[in-house]
Amino acid sequence: MNKVLMSGNNVIAEAGIRAGCRFYAGYPITPQNELTEYMAEHMRNAEGGVFIQSESEVAAINMIAGSSATGVRVMTSSSSPGISLKQEGISSMAACELPGIIVNIMRGGPGLGNIRPAQGDYFQATRGGGHGDYRTIVIAPATCQELADLTMDAFDLADKYRTPVMILADGMMGQMMEPVIFKKPKPRQYPEKFMLRGAGTGKSKFIRGLLLDPIDSEEHNWKLARKYEVITKNEILHEEHRVDDADLVIVAYGTAARIAKGAIKRLRDHGMKVGLFRPITLWPFPELKLRALSAKIKNYLVFEMSTGQMLEDVRLALQGYANIEFHGRPGGAVPTPAELANVVAKIYDKKD
Amino acid sequence: MIVKTIFSGFGGQGVLMMGISLANSAMNKGYHVTYLPAYGAEMRGGTANCTVAVGDEEIASPVASEPDYLIVMNLPSLFTFQNKVSAGGSIFINSSIIDARPNRQDVKTFCVPCADMAQELGNNRVANVIMMGAFIKKSNVVSPDIYLKSLEIIMGSRKKTLAEINRKAFAAGFDYIKD
Repeated sequence: MNKVLMSGNNVIAEAGIRAGCRFYAGYPITPQNELTEYMAEHMRNAEGGVFIQSESEVAAINMIAGSSATGVRVMTSSSSPGISLKQEGISSMAACELPGIIVNIMRGGPGLGNIRPAQGDYFQATRGGGHGDYRTIVIAPATCQELADLTMDAFDLADKYRTPVMILADGMMGQMMEPVIFKKPKPRQYPEKFMLRGAGTGKSKFIRGLLLDPIDSEEHNWKLARKYEVITKNEILHEEHRVDDADLVIVAYGTAARIAKGAIKRLRDHGMKVGLFRPITLWPFPELKLRALSAKIKNYLVFEMSTGQMLEDVRLALQGYANIEFHGRPGGAVPTPAELANVVAKIYDKKD
Repeated sequence: MIVKTIFSGFGGQGVLMMGISLANSAMNKGYHVTYLPAYGAEMRGGTANCTVAVGDEEIASPVASEPDYLIVMNLPSLFTFQNKVSAGGSIFINSSIIDARPNRQDVKTFCVPCADMAQELGNNRVANVIMMGAFIKKSNVVSPDIYLKSLEIIMGSRKKTLAEINRKAFAAGFDYIKD
């Protein structure tokens, strides 16, 4: 397979189709429109592929839930305000243990906000987002190549744990073009016993989230909790960049992590030893990996395109073992590496 | 080596296409590359810009704090971006419609009357390719051969006349800049 230059939105769509996604429903919203557009054009060429531009975001999430129940690989996508509308459906999918991919190409908020890249949906994504005791796996790629690889992996994770998985990126990731090579997806492993395809002569199957008996419901909640524990143990992804000799480590994900890498290059040119810790799965958060790093590195700067959300996870992970500073640009403002380098340089001078 | 370039102008001048064609050429040359468009409420007649980073190492940030090259196709773009250009960088100006000049002494300026030249070639729409000719000559990011081949692939080779006028336009811009 040759390298192709594609925008992040198109990469996610193409990777989805290649991974066997055969049902996509979505409703337009900037800055993820190219994803829906790509699906409209290409899903019809995939055997058995169905594309629906739904009447609303709420309809789209419920369409993929229904389609997922029949055993089809499914995806929907939106941007921040649209993802808020989908939350009831995501909660329902988690309760019914339905696999599916939800893509959030974040934009400035709260409310309708604006269409510029932002990272204000971290809490919503990593804390479940909808009502009830559930989590969604949240993957935050930082390059178009990662978008391709991790979108394919997301389908496998969703099937393996029968749970919705969220791809969390932002407007810049969606719009940016980079060369991409698509890997060969693994063959799907999803037992037929979970698919609703008519009972035939066998036993009836039920998929439902309404459990009126509190004891049944409690057991179901604990069952989900045990599943989330297994995910937390097995599915953490993160990257450490130039931390070996670092005096200070920036913690950032997605686009912010790319800006941080640019800043680190500048800072190192000026003799400041700075590294990067980049969570790739935001839930489960690489808590123990970060805590392990604090055994030798005592200074951290959390950098987010928000007022400080992942900051709380970093505090929980470091538990007071290290100093934590924060720099944030919320609401759709995207700082340059030069700006971040200046911020880091000030802290770097102060430390010790 | 990482080279960052900002292309900016009116929507409809082919500003994003300049960026996409450079990004594709650089990819075909085997470089790392990122292409970042301004998106959203842009429209024909409004302003459009994009940033292309080309490097032989991983490109961290697709945003350019200090671009090495700036190509401006209209006046507002010059005012918006001229102070971002790194010291020693270059600014390419569509001098057919921009009378102003950068008020900085530490950058090189290249004036290319690409809109007039396009009219002479008989197709107003190739002004951007003429500018690319001038830009490639000076920046040497990719060779003319790779650029033209990549441009042909992106534009689709169905229309033979299109490839031909593009090649002519590119040559005009390339030759306009003297060594």
